[in-house]
Amino acid sequence: MATAATATRTKKLRPNEISRGSNIVINLFFLFYTALCILPLLLVVAVSFSDERAVTVNGYKLWPEQFSLAAYDFLLSDWWAIAESYGVSIIVTVVGTVVALTIMTMYAYPISRRDFKHRNIFSFIMFFTILFNSGLVPFYLVYKQGLQLQDTLAVLMIPLFVQGFFVILIRTFFTNSIPPALVESAKIDGAGEFRTFVQIIIPLSLPVLASVGLLCTLNYWNDWFLSLLFISSDGPMSIQFRMYRTLLDIQYLSSNAQAYSAIMQANPNFRMPSETARMAMAVVGIGPIIFIYPFFQRYFIQGLTVGAVKG
Amino acid sequence: MEMAQAAQATVPRRKTGRAEKPLNQSYWKKYGVFYFMMAPALIVLLVNNYLPMIGGLIAFKNMSYSSPSFFTNFLESPWVGFQNFEYLFNTTDAWIITRNTLAYNAVFIFLNLVIGVGLALMFNAMRNRRAAKAYQTAMFLPYFLSWIILAYLVYAFLNPEIGIVNRVVLPWFGAEAVDWYSDPKWWPVVLPLVNTWKGIGYYAVIYLAAIVGIDNEYYEAAHMDGASKARQIWSITLPLIKPVIITMTLLQIGRIFYADFGLFFQVTRNAGALYDKTLVIDTYVYQGFLVTGDIGMSSAAGMYQAVVGFVLVLASNLIVRRISKDDALF
Repeated sequence: MATAATATRTKKLRPNEISRGSNIVINLFFLFYTALCILPLLLVVAVSFSDERAVTVNGYKLWPEQFSLAAYDFLLSDWWAIAESYGVSIIVTVVGTVVALTIMTMYAYPISRRDFKHRNIFSFIMFFTILFNSGLVPFYLVYKQGLQLQDTLAVLMIPLFVQGFFVILIRTFFTNSIPPALVESAKIDGAGEFRTFVQIIIPLSLPVLASVGLLCTLNYWNDWFLSLLFISSDGPMSIQFRMYRTLLDIQYLSSNAQAYSAIMQANPNFRMPSETARMAMAVVGIGPIIFIYPFFQRYFIQGLTVGAVKG
Repeated sequence: MEMAQAAQATVPRRKTGRAEKPLNQSYWKKYGVFYFMMAPALIVLLVNNYLPMIGGLIAFKNMSYSSPSFFTNFLESPWVGFQNFEYLFNTTDAWIITRNTLAYNAVFIFLNLVIGVGLALMFNAMRNRRAAKAYQTAMFLPYFLSWIILAYLVYAFLNPEIGIVNRVVLPWFGAEAVDWYSDPKWWPVVLPLVNTWKGIGYYAVIYLAAIVGIDNEYYEAAHMDGASKARQIWSITLPLIKPVIITMTLLQIGRIFYADFGLFFQVTRNAGALYDKTLVIDTYVYQGFLVTGDIGMSSAAGMYQAVVGFVLVLASNLIVRRISKDDALF
């Protein structure tokens, strides 16, 4: 009886639904907020397509007053450097993510097994790294003076290989979602532990592996801190680090561009598009993440909420 | 059936448990592969986390540079006890970095909580799912951007000569232009704005997930009883997501002694003129160690951060345990 009454009422207004008026207000708010999220990026794009002189006289505008490709021309004169940076970023991201995911999963599985005698010790070894972090100075000294890894690709990957939080996330998934009976029956069918892990556990864990994999991908792609610490100007320069150097000083870019001096010789009135080139560099750097993120988002949210719910 | 098989399988193992040798053999044969599987991660942990913990002892040494080998220097340098810490706490820097780190993080935690829950409630209330998805995608965008890109965006707004704020926004209000990168006054407003803009999508999504998980029957019952929407939020939604709110907040409090290096280093362009309002422990350690080269003071500051941070994590976890055992990290 009661359910029938609610059913007729919900046709008009579901119980946790709001009135039309507040719905409009909320929508207006979110339209405004969406604009706040997107406009800063559009501003950067607009400036990058503007004429340098117009920008320095009139300031940054959301719409290019005088359309110009000079900034991109300028960046293209040094296209090899940018291609190289993309290469560094892609290699570090792909190799880093694959290795990180592999070794973290291989660590998470044994400590998820209740019948494994040392699971508590090894869980603690991992967990303690989340609690206590010895700081920048000794960390830096180990990689630089101990392992002498400065200016290598390895130093951009190794520090992010194992992250306690991700390992715990994967372990939690194994404990909660893989029934022990499954492992038991694989054993009875004669599969060794490693075979069980690869052929049964991994295929069942794709959701959590996808989430953690994407979190790793984002960490590697957006990392600049390791470059700041360990990469000199002769080292492999990721796209983030090149963007950092460019933002600080556009001269740095021009000193690398041999084409620049040639332009100056041919046309002494040439004005270096420093402000617009800066923003063009940002556009080049943002590029891939903007296109990929809407597809990533779903898995991301999955990963984040799994992590939050289980702490 | 599987249970019965499992039981059968455990019986002979228990039997061999009494005879030492067969157990060891079967144990290593069965579980030995686990140690191989864990080996790569263990090696990384050793290099990346545990070796530096020993290296942290340089905070209690007066490092010399007589030998080219760091390890020789480390072994031969004299112990000086807490001298490095005394130097650190005798400077005004110690106070500035502690105050900035704690105050900024406290503001961030507050904003993440209030705005995050607020946005999640609004999302949940929206009637049009498709529009909600679109807004969510936009809101999540900043979370994917690196701090470098954030630095570019902020620079486009705050560039003193041609930035949007000085050229467009301030003239609207008839205000004077501000020299953003040399005037520290406004950064306590700018930094929370930037941090919230970048990170709020994450918090909103987590709170939204908690709200979506609430059983609809509660709302139906309240609706029957004539509870207004506001009343439903106050008496149903908020109490039911309280555990998530508490956990998220305490997790952040546990990290209150660690500042986001990217925010404080990149977004401020590490401008020295702003240090009074922007220097935090993390940027201080970087600056002191890699720019100024004061290894004693910066490792002391790093150790100070690590120890206080450790205590705070333990304390906040203890509180979570008191409130709700299931939500505790350990």
